Amino acid sequence: MLLITCPYCGPRDESEFSCGGEAHIARPLAESSLTDAEFADYLFLRDNPKGLFLERWRHAAGCRRWFNMARDTVTHEIVEIYPMGSGPASKAGKAAHAASWRRDTAAEAASKPAHKSRAKKDKVS
Amino acid sequence: MASEKPDHEGPDRGLSGLPGGKPKYSAFALARQAMQYHQGWQRAWRDAQPRDEYDAVIIGGGGHGLATAYYLAAVHGINRVAVVEKGWLGGGNTGRNTTIIRSNYLWDESAAIYEHALKLWEGMSQDLNFNVMFSQRGVLTIAHSEHELREMSRRVHAIRMNGIDSEILGPDEIRKFVPIINIDQTIRYPVMGGFLQKRGGTARHDAVAWGYARAADDLGVDIIQNCEVTGLRRNGRRIVGIETSRGFIKTRKVGCVVAGHSSVVAAMADIRLPVASRPLQALVSEPIKPILDTVIMSNAVHMYVSQSDKGEMVLGAGVDKYNSYAQRGSFPVPEHMISAAVELFPVLSRLRMLRHWGGIVDTCPDASPIISKTDVEGLYFNCGWGTGGFKATPGSGYVFADLIANDRPNSIAAPYALDRFQTGLLIDEHGAAGVAH
Ligand SMILES: Cc1cc2nc3c(=O)[nH]c(=O)nc-3n(C[C@H](O)[C@H](O)[C@H](O)COP(=O)(O)OP(=O)(O)OC[C@H]3O[C@@H](n4cnc5c(N)ncnc54)[C@H](O)[C@@H]3O)c2cc1C
Ligand SMILES: [Zn+2]
Repeated sequence: MLLITCPYCGPRDESEFSCGGEAHIARPLAESSLTDAEFADYLFLRDNPKGLFLERWRHAAGCRRWFNMARDTVTHEIVEIYPMGSGPASKAGKAAHAASWRRDTAAEAASKPAHKSRAKKDKVS
Repeated sequence: MASEKPDHEGPDRGLSGLPGGKPKYSAFALARQAMQYHQGWQRAWRDAQPRDEYDAVIIGGGGHGLATAYYLAAVHGINRVAVVEKGWLGGGNTGRNTTIIRSNYLWDESAAIYEHALKLWEGMSQDLNFNVMFSQRGVLTIAHSEHELREMSRRVHAIRMNGIDSEILGPDEIRKFVPIINIDQTIRYPVMGGFLQKRGGTARHDAVAWGYARAADDLGVDIIQNCEVTGLRRNGRRIVGIETSRGFIKTRKVGCVVAGHSSVVAAMADIRLPVASRPLQALVSEPIKPILDTVIMSNAVHMYVSQSDKGEMVLGAGVDKYNSYAQRGSFPVPEHMISAAVELFPVLSRLRMLRHWGGIVDTCPDASPIISKTDVEGLYFNCGWGTGGFKATPGSGYVFADLIANDRPNSIAAPYALDRFQTGLLIDEHGAAGVAH
């Protein structure tokens, strides 16, 4: 049973929350530049580590706001809770973020605005 | 399924005539042993030590892994096989599940594999010469709203089109079938009807693992317990062996059947799977006199219940809501399950619960399994059975052995390849496998 500290409401019982699964999966902006296999990384493949996991949670029966959590899937220890839109701050959280296979996927590369500006530049030239 | 004869009409009520399962257990053997004060029973399988090399290695000594090894030896004549298990045989989900067996799934692909399995169950005790206590006591799924009942009858028609037995019952028929159920129409989720598969039922989970282990061992398969796989050694794109806590084992074919640990083992070969590992919990009560001779499940109120031959009420529900490898679940799930059970079966309200446990199940986005080759030659995966793979044990082992032996899937296994997550040809069975297992 988890005691989760909602960043907006404070510590609450696990049953007030819903879990949204793996965090930091960005939607590819340039979808059509991806193959089906590359798009599947975004759509279906999920990180499922035995150890520290970065995931999204929502205080469903409270303020109903989303936040991120770094939690160990073996000990259930909550290492840190951090806001949506930002990355983990703890050393372990940062390492888990960097180590995820997702960082090297074409889907993630295609989610960055850089990708878009490249397309724009192409148009201009 | 366009063909006139559905795929699952292959083996009928088992596969009589396969080797394995000696020395024979029989009433006569029992009587003879009784005269010798039961001192003469042999151990059912050897405590095998790892050899240097095998023709095939199966990782995971659960029911699916043991069945795979058995069919490799019995059907395909591949006997130099090892089953490598990190803990003890059947100590994973095989020994933790609530043993519900049925084949009433929606899609043709599911009908093919689950019905293939159900037919093997029907002959399993004879085939393996081991009493797996398969009991076709029926599985009744109940509906609590008009809409659910309509959806259910749509499902029943689809199931019958696949030649699988299935029938709709009204509340009064349900009351007759299950006298302890509360069909009062004023409760929060009244019983509006249900559907029954009479050929469904339960089996003794440990006996399934033991039966396959004994029969496989008899055919020369080494069952190696307390041996954890820590690495998959590759040479280029081909598998050449496995690293284990007891040393390196050379082999050119590896079948992974590790359920909740599938992602962990897949990562050893840089393979990613779409599965999530979640706890699934169950409870059993103190034993009482027989009150329930079938299996009842409800998707809407999230619970299912049966009574074991020892008299314990066996209760279960859906998976926990977050990923975990801890093999223990969180309390809100059983609390919810028990409140639903008590409303439907008021007679359960004063029962004491004896044991409560969890297993880590590998859930797939479409609630259907993965039976597949991989990008690594000679490396195969059988996983993603999630909350409902026990019922498939014999069928899963049979088609997986076939895949490993021939390096191509047969028509039953083919739709379950990993590439469905790229083509989009999913086999969505959330309606049949969400809470119901
Ligand atoms: C509480 C509960 C209730 C369930 N109820 C039902 C039900 O009513 N009906 C139904 O059909 N299904 C049910 N299931 C699902 C069912 O139990 C599973 O789908 C099925 O048993 C999976 O069998 P398996 O042989 O693949 O896995 P397991 O029996 O889990 O075997 C996998 C084995 O792999 C081993 N392993 C893991 N990693 C390694 C490694 N690195 N090296 C070596 N070995 C390793 C594990 O120790 C384990 O023994 C339930 C599951 C649970 C947990
Ligand atoms: Zn809150």
